[in-house]
Amino acid sequence: MAPKVLLNKCDGCKAEKEPLCEQICPGDLMTLGTNGKAICRDPRDCWDCMSCVKICPQGAIETRVPYQIGYHEAKLIPMMGTNRITWTCVDIDGNVERFVVKNHNEADDDNDDDDDD
Amino acid sequence: MTQSQPNNLDEIQEEHLEADILIIGGGNAGCFAAIEAKKMNSKLKVIIMEKAHIDRSGCLAGGMDAINTYLPKDKTPEDLVRWSRAQAGGLLREDLALEISRCLNEPIEEWERWGLPIKKNDNGDAKYRGQWDISIQGSEMKPILAEKTREMGAEVVNRVVATNLLFDGEKVVGAMGFGVRDGKFYSIKGKATIVATGGAGGLYKPYTNDGNDSHHQIWYCPFDTGTGYAMGIRAGAEMTTFEMRWAAVRTKDFNGPIDTISVCYKTPMVNAKGEKFLAERYAEYGGDKAPRYIRANAPMEEVLAGRGPIYVDTRQMTPEQIKEMKTDYLNERPSFVLHLAANGHDIGKEPIEVYGSDPYIVGGHTASGYWLDENWQTTLPGLFACGDVAGGVPNKFVGGCGAEGLLSARGAVAYIESIGDLNCDLTEQLSAEKARIFSPLFTNEDGVLPRWMEEKMQRIMDEYAGGVHQFYRMNEERLDNALRHIRKMKEQVRFLYAKDLHELMLAHEVIDRLDVAEVLIYHLKYRKETRWPGWQTRMDYPEKNSALDCFVNSKLNRDTGEVEVFTRPYEQIVPGDRYEPNL
Repeated sequence: MAPKVLLNKCDGCKAEKEPLCEQICPGDLMTLGTNGKAICRDPRDCWDCMSCVKICPQGAIETRVPYQIGYHEAKLIPMMGTNRITWTCVDIDGNVERFVVKNHNEADDDNDDDDDD
Repeated sequence: MTQSQPNNLDEIQEEHLEADILIIGGGNAGCFAAIEAKKMNSKLKVIIMEKAHIDRSGCLAGGMDAINTYLPKDKTPEDLVRWSRAQAGGLLREDLALEISRCLNEPIEEWERWGLPIKKNDNGDAKYRGQWDISIQGSEMKPILAEKTREMGAEVVNRVVATNLLFDGEKVVGAMGFGVRDGKFYSIKGKATIVATGGAGGLYKPYTNDGNDSHHQIWYCPFDTGTGYAMGIRAGAEMTTFEMRWAAVRTKDFNGPIDTISVCYKTPMVNAKGEKFLAERYAEYGGDKAPRYIRANAPMEEVLAGRGPIYVDTRQMTPEQIKEMKTDYLNERPSFVLHLAANGHDIGKEPIEVYGSDPYIVGGHTASGYWLDENWQTTLPGLFACGDVAGGVPNKFVGGCGAEGLLSARGAVAYIESIGDLNCDLTEQLSAEKARIFSPLFTNEDGVLPRWMEEKMQRIMDEYAGGVHQFYRMNEERLDNALRHIRKMKEQVRFLYAKDLHELMLAHEVIDRLDVAEVLIYHLKYRKETRWPGWQTRMDYPEKNSALDCFVNSKLNRDTGEVEVFTRPYEQIVPGDRYEPNL
């Protein structure tokens, strides 16, 4: 699978020495292109761990299923909240599912003031 | 970032560091080793040499939804060893397995205190999803562990690729490598060195990878490329049980885990005729609880017998269960949920097709890896091993690999008490390794791209050494073919050409995989029997041979360059029939 960089959202993490996706990718696959935007240097080598998607402060990266094994086009978007992730999944028929998953114990309670959308 | 690109060897800068304990690889096992060493003595200088970034490196990059072995309150370490022994076809290091079982829950309990959510039952105890496995919400478990590792004072050197060990005579005194971002040559000395680089993915061609854009659509972490094994192999370390390969039934095309579905939600595996073939044809082996190699091989036998495709039948699941199951996947392999969405797949209406994975060498699941003493030291003095590179104990999984982190650190900390300062002259080793590391940057552009060699190796291994396209089957003549080709490629690594530092990493990854593949073939050739159908299917020796009821070990003879293969006897500690879990 491959990360797709949304060029209208990516700002190349200008304040950082390296874009955050480049810093985090376990496969050394994300880098900065000549246009100042992040790019996956070899999409076929991605393991779709989604670390880059989760860390991107602009929400500018999506994981895509290669057409060879999945149809056009589904989406899975994580919103990183405090101690939880809210995932939104849209299938090829437009069905939307949402999942809220606690991912850290501390300071987690059942209040409803979290910062998920 | 623009990478600094050297034009010749003289332009390459050097970085020389020194530690009390060097840990190569900051995944699950390596982080626990670092934390344990600092706990034992906070003054120790512990350095982790990490190929990627410690926050998301190793098998836990995407997370995990279960801890597959966690000792229940009413079970003993001996019970776990009995189960694990039977699951592995009767072969494991009982001494090491018992030690691991005794401290198995420690790392997980710590992890929970640091923030990892573990699902609980009404009593507040960990909720078991099967006999030994508990459910967790581990999508962020690696960042949690990495944060603790830093907090304990371990120094992390990210983006440095380890390539070879450093020696003072016979003793291991650190490792060398290169910075994949800064382009520097690195040496890190350590009074003791712990190797924790993970197993070897990408030795075989996956069926998901027929010239398409999903080269890394594999179950195991594709960035674990057998480097830890290869460094030891090249130095003459003794390796064990490589022939016990790990392959498993995975979700078809995605190549992802199925325990989440089949164990957690008790969904049966069925063939195209709707038969529950494990219960019907493999009852004598335990049906749905049969040893893992049986469960890996049985679906492939069904396909060969004309009863495919094979499914995990999810159609009885309630909408609530389906939602919970998808949530589990989001904690481990989130893109499986995306994969279902991309196929418009409603698993309440259609079952999930499954198929065999490509084979891996991974000591956390099977027994492949370094041969260890009771202190987790390898046969190279000063070198300790933990996690997927450590051999002898199958079914360790996440908890067992973490426990081995603790045990290897305890061994290393005790060892360095007898070691003084390191004053050896390493000049020759450093200059030779520096030249070897960077040579692909300076070879002829008309050379061989790492990708070409990797793909050739994967195809050769698949066709001749029992890959998934061959239904894991092999014979002596095909293995000889595989060996001939692997050796030829090893001769040709001098033609590898890398245009940048990323490709230089890929070049060393294929060099390492070739060393692992060669040793694997020797092991497969030696075991002239079929002990674990699926994991190791010899068409020319289809039965078990009682003379081979022992460990098959190997060692590179550095004088002749030949891999020597020999056996070590089985030592039983826990009484009982080794093939029956007796539970």
